[in-house]
Amino acid sequence: MSPALPPRIEARKLVKRFPGVFAVNEMSFSVGEGEIFGLVGPDGAGKTTVIRLLAGVMPPDSGSATIDGVDVVADPERAKQFLSYMPQRFGLYEDLTVDENIRFYADIFEVAPSIRDQRIGPLLSSFGMAPFQRRLAGQLSGGMKQKLGLICALIHTPRVLLLDEPTTGVDPVSRRDFWKILYSLREQGVTILISTAYLEEAERCTRLALVHQGVMAYCDTPARLRAMMPGKLLNVVSSQARDVQKAIASLPGISGALLMGDRVHVAVDDDGRRIPEIVRVLEEAHIPFEPPVPAEPTMEDLFLALLRERRTSP
Amino acid sequence: MRWRRIRAIALKEAIQIRRDTRSLIIALFMPFMQMILLGYGVSLDIKHLPTCVYDREGSQNSQALLKHFQSSEYFRIVSVLKDYREAKAALDADRCRIVVAIPQDFSQKLSDSGGSSVQVLADASDDNTANIAIGYAHSVVDQFQSDLARGALGFGGSPSLLTQGVDLEERVWFNEDLDSRDYIIPGVVALIMALVGALLTSLTISREWERGTMELLISTPVLPSEVMLGKLIPYFAIGMLDAVFCLVFAVYWFHVPYRGTLFALFLTTALFLVVVLGVGFLISAGIKSQVGASQIAVLVTLLPTSLLSGYAFPIDQMPPLVQGVTYVVFARYYVTILKALFLKGSGLADLMQPVLAMVAYAAVVAFLAGRAFKKRLD
Repeated sequence: MSPALPPRIEARKLVKRFPGVFAVNEMSFSVGEGEIFGLVGPDGAGKTTVIRLLAGVMPPDSGSATIDGVDVVADPERAKQFLSYMPQRFGLYEDLTVDENIRFYADIFEVAPSIRDQRIGPLLSSFGMAPFQRRLAGQLSGGMKQKLGLICALIHTPRVLLLDEPTTGVDPVSRRDFWKILYSLREQGVTILISTAYLEEAERCTRLALVHQGVMAYCDTPARLRAMMPGKLLNVVSSQARDVQKAIASLPGISGALLMGDRVHVAVDDDGRRIPEIVRVLEEAHIPFEPPVPAEPTMEDLFLALLRERRTSP
Repeated sequence: MRWRRIRAIALKEAIQIRRDTRSLIIALFMPFMQMILLGYGVSLDIKHLPTCVYDREGSQNSQALLKHFQSSEYFRIVSVLKDYREAKAALDADRCRIVVAIPQDFSQKLSDSGGSSVQVLADASDDNTANIAIGYAHSVVDQFQSDLARGALGFGGSPSLLTQGVDLEERVWFNEDLDSRDYIIPGVVALIMALVGALLTSLTISREWERGTMELLISTPVLPSEVMLGKLIPYFAIGMLDAVFCLVFAVYWFHVPYRGTLFALFLTTALFLVVVLGVGFLISAGIKSQVGASQIAVLVTLLPTSLLSGYAFPIDQMPPLVQGVTYVVFARYYVTILKALFLKGSGLADLMQPVLAMVAYAAVVAFLAGRAFKKRLD
C-alpha cells in the first residue's frame, strides 16, 4: 500500500455481535488504491460479516468504516454509489437473461444508456460471455454466473469491489480467468477486497489477512507471511500417503501433517532431528516412502501453522 | 426518487411474473375460478326445499293448499306422511326440512268462521333456513287465501274474505327480484381482488430474500420507496385487469345490473387496489419467507373479507363489538361502494364516506409499508 494516497477502504475497530458470538471483534485495517486485499480463514471466522459491514448492507454494533472517504456507517447510501458488492450467494435474478440482468443493474446505478451500450459489448466479450447474452442467468454454469455477477458489478465502474468468495464452486479454468480479470481491474485502479476459501488463490493477493474468530490474526504480503512460517516443512512422497500421515502425525516435534494427494506435508520444529525419527517410524510400520525433503510451504501449510501457533500461545 | 430506477424494477418484476407459472395462475386463473365458484356456489336464496306433507283432512281445500306449496319454487314435496310419528322421523332423518300439516277440520273451520290454521314444522337446526322457509310458507298460505277469496279456485269460496283482507303491496327497490346473487356478486369481486392482490404482492419482497437477490439489491443506491413503487406498478396493472375481468363477468355472465358510472367504478377500484397492494407489500416486507407471507396474506384478506366485509352477511346485524371490528376490514368500504354502484347506481358524492375511509386507509398502509422495508440484513 502506498502511504501517500488515502486508503480506499478503511475499517476502524469494527464490531458485530450475533447472539452468543462476536462475528467481528474490533477489526481494523486499510486498503489502498490498486490493491487486491485477500481475506482467508476458516468458515465462520467472520469474513462474510466484515464484507457485509463494509458494503453497507449490515450496520456494525460499533466502530466505523469508510469507502473512498465516505463513512459507510453514517451514510451507507452515498458509499454504495461507487462500490460494488458480490455476495457469497449468487445475487442476480435467475429468471432474467444475462442481458436483462446487466441492463437492470445499469439502470439501478443510473449509467447513461449510451455509456451502458458502449460498455456491455466489451465487458461481455472480455469475459467470454457474448454468446450467452440471451440465456437465463439460472441456466449458466457456476463460473459463468460469477462472471455475470462481476459484469453487473462493473457496469457502473466502481472504485471499490467487495467480493465474498467469488470463486467458490467454480472450476479451476474459470477461476484462472476470473483472476485475470481481477488483475486487469487492479491495473485500472480498482481496489479489490476478496475473501476466498482457496488458499492457493490467496497468494495472488497483494496483501493477505488471516481472519480467525472475528479477529484479524495476521495481515501482510504473502511473501512476508511465508517468512513467518515457524519451524520447517518436509515433503514425504508415498504410495500410501494416508498411512504415512496417520503414522507420524502424533510424533513429538511434529506440529502438523497435511495430506496432499500422494504426498504429506509435515511441519516440524527441527528438520535435522526429526527426519531420522520419521524414517525410523515409517520403516518399522513397513510403509513405502521416499526420503523426506524440505518443502516450500503452501498457504495452507502456513495458515495451519499460524493458527496452531495462535492456539497454543494465546 | 428516480423514475429510471422505478421503471427498471417495474420492468424486472413484470418479466419475472411473466416467467413464473405460479404467479400467472394466481393472477389470471384464480379470479376466473373464484368467480365461478363463489358466483354459483354462494346463494342465500332457498329454493326447492325438501318438504313433507301430512294432510289429515284430504279435502279439496286441503289439496288445493298443498298444490300451492308444490307449485311454488320454494318447496319440493318429497313425501306424504300418515301420522306425526312419521313427521318426526322424516325431520330427524333429514329427509325434509319442513313439514306442512293440515288439520282434520281445515275446511270445516274455513267455512264456519272464515279462519282456519295450518301447522308448519321446521327444522331449526339451521335457523336461518328455517326462518326463511317459514316466511315463504306464510306467503304461500297468503296466496292461497287470496285465491280462495277471489273464488279463483272455483269452489266453496267465501266472498266475504275479499272485503275483509287488507293486501300489503310490497315494492322492493334496487334488487327487484330479491335475487341474492345480485347482492352477493359485487362483494365477490371485492373478495377476489383483495385475495389476488394481497397474495401476489405478499410474495414480491419475500421472494427476493428467499432467493438471495435482496442482498445484492440492497447493496445498490436504490431507495426503498423506489423498490416499493417499482414493484407495485405491475401488480397494479394486473389487479386492474382482474377487476375489469370480474366486473365484466358479473355484468355479462351473471347479469348483475350495473347502474353506476364507469368513472366512479374505475376510481374506487383503483383506490381499493392501492390499499390491497399496500397491505400485501407490508406483509411481504415483514415476513421473509414466501410461504409464511402468503399464509398471512390469505389470513388477513380471505377470512375478514368473506365474514366481516358485509359482502354476504349484513354488518348491521352483527353484534356491536364485531361491527366495530369491521371498520378495520378494508374490503368493507369497497363492498359498500360496489353494492351501491351496482344496485343503486349511486354517484361518487353519495359514496364520500367509504371513499374517504379508503383514502385514509391507503395513506396509513403506504406509510407503514414504507417503513417496514429496510435496506439492511439482520
